[in-house]
Amino acid sequence: MKKPSPMKKLATVATLGLAASLVGCGSETSEPAGIDPQVYTDSLFAVMKADRTNYTKLIIKRLGPAGADVIKPNEHWEDLDSGAPLPAQMFRFGSELVSDMTSEFTYSLQSIWPVNKQNAPKTPLEKEGLQYIVDNPGKNFYGTESLGGVDYYTAVYPDVAVAGPCVDCHNNHKDTPKSDFKLGDVMGGVVIRVPLTKS
Amino acid sequence: MKKISWIIWLLVTVAILGFFGYELLFKEQKPNFLPGAVTHGHFQIEMACDTCHIDPFGGEEVLQDACINCHGEELEKSLDSHPRKKFTDPRNADLLEILDARYCASCHLEHQDAMISDMGVSLPSDYCYHCHEEIGDERESHKDLPYDSCQSAGCHNYHDNRALYEDFLAKHLHEPNILPAMKTHDDFYESNLEKLAKVTGFDAQPLSLSDADNSDESKELMDGWLHSSHAESGVNCSQCHGSGEDYVEIPSHENCQSCHGFEVETFLKGKHGMRLAAGLSAMSPDDSKLAMHKSGSLEEHKELSCNSCHMAHEFETEFAAVDACVSCHNDEHSNNFENSKHFSLKDESGANKVTCATCHMPKVEVNDKGIKGFKVNHNQNDTLRPNEKMIRPVCLDCHGLQFSLNALADERLVESNFVGMPDKHIESLDWVEKRNSTKRDSVY
Ligand code: HEC
Repeated sequence: MKKPSPMKKLATVATLGLAASLVGCGSETSEPAGIDPQVYTDSLFAVMKADRTNYTKLIIKRLGPAGADVIKPNEHWEDLDSGAPLPAQMFRFGSELVSDMTSEFTYSLQSIWPVNKQNAPKTPLEKEGLQYIVDNPGKNFYGTESLGGVDYYTAVYPDVAVAGPCVDCHNNHKDTPKSDFKLGDVMGGVVIRVPLTKS
Repeated sequence: MKKISWIIWLLVTVAILGFFGYELLFKEQKPNFLPGAVTHGHFQIEMACDTCHIDPFGGEEVLQDACINCHGEELEKSLDSHPRKKFTDPRNADLLEILDARYCASCHLEHQDAMISDMGVSLPSDYCYHCHEEIGDERESHKDLPYDSCQSAGCHNYHDNRALYEDFLAKHLHEPNILPAMKTHDDFYESNLEKLAKVTGFDAQPLSLSDADNSDESKELMDGWLHSSHAESGVNCSQCHGSGEDYVEIPSHENCQSCHGFEVETFLKGKHGMRLAAGLSAMSPDDSKLAMHKSGSLEEHKELSCNSCHMAHEFETEFAAVDACVSCHNDEHSNNFENSKHFSLKDESGANKVTCATCHMPKVEVNDKGIKGFKVNHNQNDTLRPNEKMIRPVCLDCHGLQFSLNALADERLVESNFVGMPDKHIESLDWVEKRNSTKRDSVY
């Protein structure tokens, strides 16, 4: 067999190096390291739900106008003395801080009856999922979608009226399209997205 | 023959490379590398390329960092309605393809001066539609409004809506045009002298002529100092001029900064000080694109430093608040100040109650070394554009919200420096009132 020339050797090494680095790039977001994506998003949701319920019950209900009345839960809380972020804002601030720290997952709170129209489902899968959790109380929705050239594993979990303030505030809000929510109703959903492979 | 042409070619090439290379690598100003005219916001520093192009090898992220370096704090303070973080979720991917709102430069393109609006925006003015298309169907009041009227009708801004959001409007319904009392703030240094002296260990005793530690100056100059608030509060010559080896004849803004940090910091952020902030020579009215009294050939070339408005030694604020401004600014609004209602308001001593500075350099709340009070914001651009930014820190000190909105929306009235009554009526407060009357009862 003919020995490869030094130039050829160099070219082979370079090609292999390039290929290796490309594979390296690809694996950055692929194969969620052994853990089933559903277990991953279910666990994330458990933490989110616990924090969200606690904020509403322990802070808003206890200290807000329905309780001690020492804080003002308000969309423009930054502009008020003793203003406090709404539960939905608290949730979004969490999600925004998370996106500063990692791009391994993103999440948001949405509804088919949104107070803030920017919280209406946008992608076809979000629309399908949010309708599904309303039609099937107690069930979650899972699927995959492609957005901006990236594939995602997307899970949708019901967001339930866990305390009086959820219902009272939404039913009476100027911008709500629905004013007959009851305690225990599905008011919207938490959408968690995990990038799979770059397509 | 052939050899000679080679030599000539070589020489010409080296000369050209040398000329451009020297400018690129060693000169502060690089006019031959400017790809297109810069917007009115940046033209003063257009030759300080690396203020924006902080790294030659960076893409849009690096440019974005440069925008945030200078404008980030201001955006945060304005409770920016459209911060980048609202757009990073992948669910916005298809919207970002139309308009990538994660980057300032998507709307504020540079080096394209011809297509830039007053607000520094390089997009057609109906951009709100891309994301808020549904509003016309949602709200009775918004039906049939033109797509480009969201920000041009005195109702919304893209970034700063602190004086425009619905709850704020609701709080200010039915206010009179002129409020019963004008809100004023005491001078920070005068009212906190003792506290400041305690915190800084500075001896704030009044000084006399014989105390001056550089007394061999002219009588006029010494007199100026003696009757200034500096001498009254124990600030001696060497505090500004330094002494011994550190002596400077004309102190710069850096010298002032040691005591007046907030004032200098804000001065450097506005169009008066932005050239100094970029390490360039001071701005001059001759270089301005606004209508200015240019220095005549005989007159001294005017330059912008602290002393341009606050005359050295006297440091009078009254001169700085009107006369200094109109000695350079030569537009209708400035020139008409004398004919305005604002100008006619005088206190017992006959001094102006409202000056150029009252509106353009409002006093803002600060906390300096644990002492709370109000200091003058020397960045006159902070509240200038869009002009609704002026409502909360300025207009509402004396006027109701409806009147303020109407007046600021009336371009003619602004130009004439508010001689007369507003011709415009901004309807947003009426709409808020109507919507509130249908609000259901709730503890929230
Ligand atoms: C004090 C008022 C208030 C309370 C209490 C409150 N919400 Fe909201 N909620 C809002 C407002 C206002 C928004 C829109 C916030 C935004 O995104 O700007 C919102 C947003 C939401 C959304 C996203 C869709 C939408 O309507 O915009 C869901 C889902 C939601 N809330 C469910 C709940 C649940 C469940 C609770 C109780 C755990 C709750 N809310 C408590 C006022 C409230």
